[in-house]
Amino acid sequence: MPRYAKHILFIVAPLVAAFAILPFAYNNQLLLFNFVLFLTLAQGVNVIYGFTGYLPFGYVGFFGAGAYGFSLLILHLHAPPLAAMGGAAVAALAIALLLTPLLRLSGAYFSIANLAAALALMQFISNPNLEAITRGPYGVSMTGVFNPRLAYTMALIVMAGAMLVAVWLRNSRFGLALQAVREDPVSAAQAGVDVPRARAYAWLISAVIAGLAGGVFAWYVTVFYPENVFSSDYSIFAVVFALFGGVSTILGPIVGVLILYGVYNFIGFSTPQYFQLIYGALIMALVLFLPQGLISLVKRRGIDVP
Amino acid sequence: MLTYSLLAGLLFGLYFSLVGLGLNLVFGVMRIVNLAHGDFLMLGAYCAFWLYTLFGVDPVFAIPVAFVLFGLVGLPLYYLLVPRLLAARDPEMLSIILFFGLSQVIEALATIAFGTSEQSIPGGDLGRALREGWGRLTGHEIESGPVEIFGQSFPSAWIISGVASLIAVALVYLYLYRTRTGYLTRAVMSRRDEALATGIDVNRVSAIAFGIGIALAAVGGVFAPFMLGSITPAMGVDSTVVSFAVIVMGSLGNPLGTVLGGLVYGVSYMLVQSYLSSWANLLPYLLLIAILLVRPSGLLGKRVRLA
Repeated sequence: MPRYAKHILFIVAPLVAAFAILPFAYNNQLLLFNFVLFLTLAQGVNVIYGFTGYLPFGYVGFFGAGAYGFSLLILHLHAPPLAAMGGAAVAALAIALLLTPLLRLSGAYFSIANLAAALALMQFISNPNLEAITRGPYGVSMTGVFNPRLAYTMALIVMAGAMLVAVWLRNSRFGLALQAVREDPVSAAQAGVDVPRARAYAWLISAVIAGLAGGVFAWYVTVFYPENVFSSDYSIFAVVFALFGGVSTILGPIVGVLILYGVYNFIGFSTPQYFQLIYGALIMALVLFLPQGLISLVKRRGIDVP
Repeated sequence: MLTYSLLAGLLFGLYFSLVGLGLNLVFGVMRIVNLAHGDFLMLGAYCAFWLYTLFGVDPVFAIPVAFVLFGLVGLPLYYLLVPRLLAARDPEMLSIILFFGLSQVIEALATIAFGTSEQSIPGGDLGRALREGWGRLTGHEIESGPVEIFGQSFPSAWIISGVASLIAVALVYLYLYRTRTGYLTRAVMSRRDEALATGIDVNRVSAIAFGIGIALAAVGGVFAPFMLGSITPAMGVDSTVVSFAVIVMGSLGNPLGTVLGGLVYGVSYMLVQSYLSSWANLLPYLLLIAILLVRPSGLLGKRVRLA
C-alpha cells in the first residue's frame, strides 16, 4: 500500500469517523464543533508554518474574512449556505492574494505585518461607516440559515479537506520542495524549486482552509460580532496547538489539539485568570523544553512519524 | 486645529518613541521579539499608580524606581529564558510564542493582584512635587494648569511626558555610543557570532540590554495613565502593537530611528484623530504594513530584511 493511502486510512479516516459518531454519544455539540474547528485551523497553520516556516500570527484574518464572506452572501444575496461557503473561500483567497507581498518579509517582520493586517481588516469591517454593508460593530445575525447539524457536517468535510492537504504535502514532491525552501531557500532555488511560487501556493492553500473554517463557524453560530471572528485567540491557539504537537507532520497538529484543547476544557472557564496563568506557563514551558513539539520525543528515537 | 494636531502629535510621538525604544533594543541585540513588552509597560503603570495611591509619591519620582526595579527583574529573566531560547532551531519565531506565554502569565497575575477595574492618576499630579520644590526655592509657584505653546494649550502632563521621553532617548543614545558596554552592545547587534568570537561576553551584554529594554518599558508605563488614558491589566497587547509599529517604521538598533518612527506615528495618529476620527484605529496597522512593504528596512534602515 502506498504511504499516502496508509496515512488516509489510518489517520484521516478514523479521525473523521470519530467526530462523525461522537455527536450521537456526547451531547456537548459546541465543544465537538470547536474541536473540529481547531483541528482544521491547526492543520492550516501547519501548512504555512510547518512547511514553509512563515509564522502567520494574524491567521485569524482569513478566518474572519471567511466568516464575513459567508455572511455577506447570505445577508445581501440570500444565497444558500452551501454556495455561501464558496464565498467564504473566495473572501479568504482574495485577502491572501492581497497580502501575498508580505511573503517578501522574513521572520518576525512577516508575523508582525500579518498580525497588523488581521487587525486592520477587523477595524475596517467593524467600522460604523460600513454599517450598511458589513453591519459594522453591531454584528451579523442570520438566524434564517441556522442549522447546526448541517453546519457540523460541513465542518467535518472542511476538516477532512485540511487533513488531506497535510497528507498530500507530507507525501508529494511539492511538500518536499516546500520543506527544502524552509530549510534553505538558496539551495532549493538551485535545485530547481520556484521559491516565491511555492511559498505563495502554500500561503493561499492555508488561507483557504482558514476561510472555509470561518465560513462554517459563521454558519454554525449564525450570530456573531467582529471581535468574535477576529479574536486573536484563534491565531494563537491554532499556532500553539500545532506547535505543541509538532509541525510539518500530519499527526502533530492533531495530537496537539486533542491534548491541549482537551486540557483547556478540563481546566474549565470558571476562573479565567488562573486558567490564563496556567496556559501561559504551559506555553513557555513548551517553547523552552520541547520546541519541536511532542512528536520530537518519538522522532528522537529514530521512528518516522507521518 | 492643524497646529494643535501637529504639536500634540510631536508630544505623543516623543512618548511613543520611549514606548518602542526598549523593544527595539531587545530585538536589535537578541533578534527576539518581546511580545510581553506592553505587559511590562502595564506593570510600570501600576508601579506609578500604587506609589501615588499608597504613599502620595509624585509619578515623576516613580521613574527611577520603575527603572531600577524592572531592570533588576529583567536581568534574571534574561538568564532564565533567553539563552535556552537562542539555542533552539528558530529562535526568532519561537520567541514570539514564548513571550506570548509570558505576556499571558503577567496579565493573569496582574488581574489576580489588581482586579480588572480601570485605574487612573489625575493629570495635574504629574510633576507636582517638582513644581512645589521649584516654588519653595524661587518663590514663584508654577501653575499646574494647561501649558500654552504657539497659542494652543496642552495638558502639562503631556509636556512633561514628552520631555521626559526625550531625555530617556538621549540617555540610551549616550549609553550606546559613549560607553564601553554600549559599544559592545552595538557589536553584538551587528553580528552576534563575530562578537562572540572576538571575546565579548555576549550573554552579559545581552542581559544588560534586556534589563534596560524592560526597564524602559516600565518607565514608559509610568506616563501611560496620562498619555494612554486609564490603565488595566489588559492594556499590554495594544501597547505592544503600537511599539511594533513605531520600531518597524524607524529602524532596528538605532534609537534615532525609533524617535523618527515615533514622531511619524504620533503626528499621523493625531492628524487622523482630528480629521478622520472614525478611521483612526485603522491607521497604525495600515501604516505599519505600508512601511514594511515599501521600505522593509525602516525609514533610517540600512539592513535588508527581505526573505
